[in-house]
Amino acid sequence: MIRIANGQGFWGDWLEAPVRLVEQGPIDYLVLDYLAEVTMSILQKQRQSDAGLGYARDFPPLIGRIATRLRERNIKVIANAGGVNPAACALAVRRLAPHLKIAVVTGDDIFGRLDELLGRGIEMRSTDTGARLSTIRDRILSANAYIGAFPLVEALATGADVVIAGRSTDTALALAPMVYAYGWKDTDWNRLAAGTIAGHIVECGAQCTGGNCQVDWQSIPDMANIGYPIIDVEADGTFVITKHKRSGGRINTHIIKEQLLYELGDPKNYITPDCIADFTTIALRDDGPDRVRASGIQGRPRTDMLKVSISYSDGWKAIGTLVYSWPQALEKARAADRIVRARLHGLGLRFDEIYTELLGANACHGPAARPPADPPEVELRIGVRGQDQKAVDRFTRELIPLVLNGPPSATGFGEGRPPVREVVAYWPALVPRAEIVTQVEVIE
Amino acid sequence: MKVPLSQLAHTRSGDKGDTANIGVIAWRPEDYTILLRELSPERVKAHFGEMVKGPVECYELPNLAALNFLLHGALGGGGTLSLRVDAQGKTLGAALLRMEIEVDERELTR
Repeated sequence: MIRIANGQGFWGDWLEAPVRLVEQGPIDYLVLDYLAEVTMSILQKQRQSDAGLGYARDFPPLIGRIATRLRERNIKVIANAGGVNPAACALAVRRLAPHLKIAVVTGDDIFGRLDELLGRGIEMRSTDTGARLSTIRDRILSANAYIGAFPLVEALATGADVVIAGRSTDTALALAPMVYAYGWKDTDWNRLAAGTIAGHIVECGAQCTGGNCQVDWQSIPDMANIGYPIIDVEADGTFVITKHKRSGGRINTHIIKEQLLYELGDPKNYITPDCIADFTTIALRDDGPDRVRASGIQGRPRTDMLKVSISYSDGWKAIGTLVYSWPQALEKARAADRIVRARLHGLGLRFDEIYTELLGANACHGPAARPPADPPEVELRIGVRGQDQKAVDRFTRELIPLVLNGPPSATGFGEGRPPVREVVAYWPALVPRAEIVTQVEVIE
Repeated sequence: MKVPLSQLAHTRSGDKGDTANIGVIAWRPEDYTILLRELSPERVKAHFGEMVKGPVECYELPNLAALNFLLHGALGGGGTLSLRVDAQGKTLGAALLRMEIEVDERELTR
């Protein structure tokens, strides 16, 4: 059996989680997932302004903090913290943890290869809309192919203590040590699917150990010290999801089911670079306190295409809020919304969208919820989005004046006018697998 | 008799672009058949009204006594495009639990 722990579900997740995973009990591998679609564009911008940036900056200080323990306990780390600049990330880790051997996986970043690929007829049409990439070519901010577990396995085989990748899939981070430790073949579809599904369960960190969980949530013990997930996996691909003893949170089959369904599409066709996993073949059972066992998982051969994540600039947006109090809080907020819209119209400003919500009335559940009759307060939340940055900026000046020149008892304007943010849109596409060649470089 | 879906199932929801997914899991495996019978894509779409612009699809996971609903065009454009407070559909699962489900009393006590 090997033990693989996930200490980070996204960049910005709990800083203490990975430290506790290495301190509070035995693990063999620590995997950390830092990347979301939007993250890549942020990192690409950081790299453009400073060639030494473009990676998850939380990662090097974390490794510095746990380096001694990693060595003492022979724990290997696998992370997609490299973002769009894995080499710079590795150098930063080396400065803070000079005794660790680092392997860097590259080849996923195709930002600089887009014209070459387009020129050879690789169209990268949007898999959502079918549109041609040329319609957004001059606005692209980042482009990365999702890579699977096998490049990470190659990196582990160098004997590295820390493996740093760019846009590897979340599930590959957990699958890679299984393939490496057990020597699974790249055609062991059932085992690859089992490892992929284990990776899916843990990829959002504490969301499988009691976080964001509807199952009797008020009774979940010690959420302040919630334990992050650990996979105990056997050579045949059966695995147990558990956590360190004495950590907080809870694991049972209902909780694992919630996470299995999280962000799931067609359950029979969970497509990754490594295999196609079939979620309808999973057999789950409770296996003692805070332990759930999964077995029976089946998979099918991988496809010959890789998914590409392309981000591009798509205008500007701003979202502003004001609070209206009882009496007639809802009516006041609705009146204020009409006034703002009339003033924007009067100024001749054009937007792709103006969207209004009343927090405390209908924002989250929409028509599914009955609005409250006469709430003590509601928050008016107006957002605008458009291609004209100046128009969006002008909108941000239209909310605070309402405190004096609109309906009565408005408050909650203390933060000033809202910021104007660039909209970074996401363009999912495919490239032939053969186009993506990864490399592993060791830094000692 | 009618009971809220929360009595029969729990949910978790999330996003993939402008599509929200809601996983619906029966508290008791034997109630999976009630979910199959009562939770049609059409009913789920109607429950959310104008919030869901596109079609709703349903996938079955009998091994988990669960259904997976995909709600297309449900997130105001999705990702960073969306102007909604719940741009990632995190609360839509809870919203579905409000739905009133028709059950035979004997089904609840079996």
